[in-house]
Amino acid sequence: MQLAIIGSGGILLFAKCSHSVASWRFFSNTEAQLMDALADQIIPPDEWTGGRESGVTNFIDKQLVGPYTRFQPIYRRGLKAIQTTCKSQFYQNFEKLSWDQQTAFLDQMEAGKMIDAVWADGLDREFFSIIRNHSMQAFYGSSRHGGNKNNVSYKMLKLDYPLIIGQNRYKN
Amino acid sequence: MINQKVNALIVGAGAGGGVVAKELSTAGMSVVLFEQGGWISYDDHTNDELHSQRNPVLGNACGPDDERYRRVNVNQDGRSNIVLPSEGDYNNISACVGSGTVTYGALAWRYMREDFKMKSTYGHVEGSTLDDWPISYDDLEPYYEKAEWEIGVSGDDSLNPFAAPRKKLRPMPPFTHNKEAEIMNRAALRLGYHPFSIPMLRNSIPFGGRPACYRMRTCIGYACPVSAKAGTHNTVIPVALKSGNCELRTNCIVSEIIVDNQGKITGVTYFDQNNRKKTQLADVVIISASAIETARLLLNSKSKFFPKGIGNENDWVGRNLQGHAYPNAFGLFDEEIYDDFGPGSSVAICDFNHHNPGIIGGGYLANAFIRMPYSFSGIRPPGEKMWGKSHKEFQRNNFKKLVEIHGPYQEIPNFNHRVEIDPLVKDFWGIPVPRLSGKMNENDVKGCTFLAEKADLWLKEAGAIRTWKSPGISNGVSAGQHQAGTCRMGNDPKTSVTDKFGRIHSVPNLFVADGSLHVTNGGFNPALTIMALGYRVGGYIASEWLKGNRFK
Repeated sequence: MQLAIIGSGGILLFAKCSHSVASWRFFSNTEAQLMDALADQIIPPDEWTGGRESGVTNFIDKQLVGPYTRFQPIYRRGLKAIQTTCKSQFYQNFEKLSWDQQTAFLDQMEAGKMIDAVWADGLDREFFSIIRNHSMQAFYGSSRHGGNKNNVSYKMLKLDYPLIIGQNRYKN
Repeated sequence: MINQKVNALIVGAGAGGGVVAKELSTAGMSVVLFEQGGWISYDDHTNDELHSQRNPVLGNACGPDDERYRRVNVNQDGRSNIVLPSEGDYNNISACVGSGTVTYGALAWRYMREDFKMKSTYGHVEGSTLDDWPISYDDLEPYYEKAEWEIGVSGDDSLNPFAAPRKKLRPMPPFTHNKEAEIMNRAALRLGYHPFSIPMLRNSIPFGGRPACYRMRTCIGYACPVSAKAGTHNTVIPVALKSGNCELRTNCIVSEIIVDNQGKITGVTYFDQNNRKKTQLADVVIISASAIETARLLLNSKSKFFPKGIGNENDWVGRNLQGHAYPNAFGLFDEEIYDDFGPGSSVAICDFNHHNPGIIGGGYLANAFIRMPYSFSGIRPPGEKMWGKSHKEFQRNNFKKLVEIHGPYQEIPNFNHRVEIDPLVKDFWGIPVPRLSGKMNENDVKGCTFLAEKADLWLKEAGAIRTWKSPGISNGVSAGQHQAGTCRMGNDPKTSVTDKFGRIHSVPNLFVADGSLHVTNGGFNPALTIMALGYRVGGYIASEWLKGNRFK
């Protein structure tokens, strides 16, 4: 169990929170590990935390049992398709690929160039667009939805948060 | 319990209905005002971008909700989809007391003289239903003035030579510009344009018992935390309620207009807040549910007297749906031009609203409201990556260096741009939902391309080091918050739905008072015009009522 937490990138959460984060609302632990890798590709860590550490997976997991319930089937199908293709092409899971391999894989998805049957009916392009948009919502939206941990994106953009009512000036 | 019959019932407490409620109730008429949503509090959702009216991906803070509402949208390729209120193709207007006037940007335009005379100005346009209004600017002018003074507008026309003449100044001075708008203002002057501060339904000084605007970053898409933004919910509706003659019934869904066995309109059926089906009778019925929902209600009210829906004898209800395409250009500057002095959108030019060679109509151009971070993540120059390392870097390097110039292009009305009733899909209450279809014609594309080009040149003059532009035409209808035209007024019952007072031609006691009445939709945000029409329609009903006319 603990290994799963570490592997899914939950170690930081685990270190800071007393309650367990091992039980996702929608994702399985293996799906969550893949989500973390995808989230870092969409919003890579640099001098500011990236998608994984800022809680993209937590945001999406939370919305999938709330306002995004309608996206459950495509997440289940899309995440499985990613691993299926990775295993047949590289004999390992997406999160084990090198950074550049992962990027190239997502480029193919975004461009709608996946050829495996599992990507039929434009699933590649559609699912990529969903992951991309939901990751951006997590990172750039209000932290009350489970992403944008410590308001990292607002700090990165030099925006005060929470926004106070009235004249709102930031200090450099 | 059976509801008591009242003098008038109004469906929809938005820009039109809120004003009508005030006009009728203060004239002594007993009124029931129906609203599908409830009262909105800023504190419920604060400035959460993901719940804002403009980007409601996690659900609309001000309604309607994804659980109970549906529409069907027909794409350009003819495929139809069920769409939710949180999705763009729904063409949402807030569902709450005040409706769009709670969450709008509050731009307070009077249309220009030409906007009421589009056919006289531009002639017949092949394939379109372009026409003149049955009323002129001068007919509506007193009601614009009333809206400006009773609801509250800041602004001054002295720097805008294209503004139509007015009898009285606005009650509040114009807003000052922030750094971005100052830069754009100077550039416009260098180009020989006539920039001015946009009139706003927002307090520049304390007015009407409400404070002045605090110049926050967030405004459009959100309720105002201090009520400096004026809507019908914090002006005329409270006056109506205070009169003692108006009952506001929130969270009530009006499903059908009742026709008796003589073919007379006697009231409406509705679902109350506990989803119980009820009846409300009235002498006069006014529909102010917005262009999509007003058409839906009329079309859903079928009987042996009105087999195609009420007012639809000649198949004009739901036709000519218009909104605004937003041609735009973005410009990147090499220095930070963002000073966090909100809410943005203050400098405009009307140099391109009319009389552009080879273009029908046009629109104003202005700087946009401040963008929120998620929205900004979707804005990149063509060819730029939409994710990954460079995307994140672009976001932090340019968040405070970007200016958007855009404007609402006056669409050419089209008979096939329309609201119908979907034959299959129903909402939570079992009411058949609207089905939206239509696409822009080549005149629109030409006009939008023209405006985008002007926006781009303006940014270049201001010193943008990189610009990119778009005609801003969506895949499908562009109704949204500016939806209009589906029950156009006119003198000829064969080519219009209502007369020049908003009364359905074939029914003596049924009126429309919202953007549905617009024959054409101007190159402007329509809210103040909808309010002015509310004053005109409401004022007409009240004065007739006081003369003893019972609209039988």
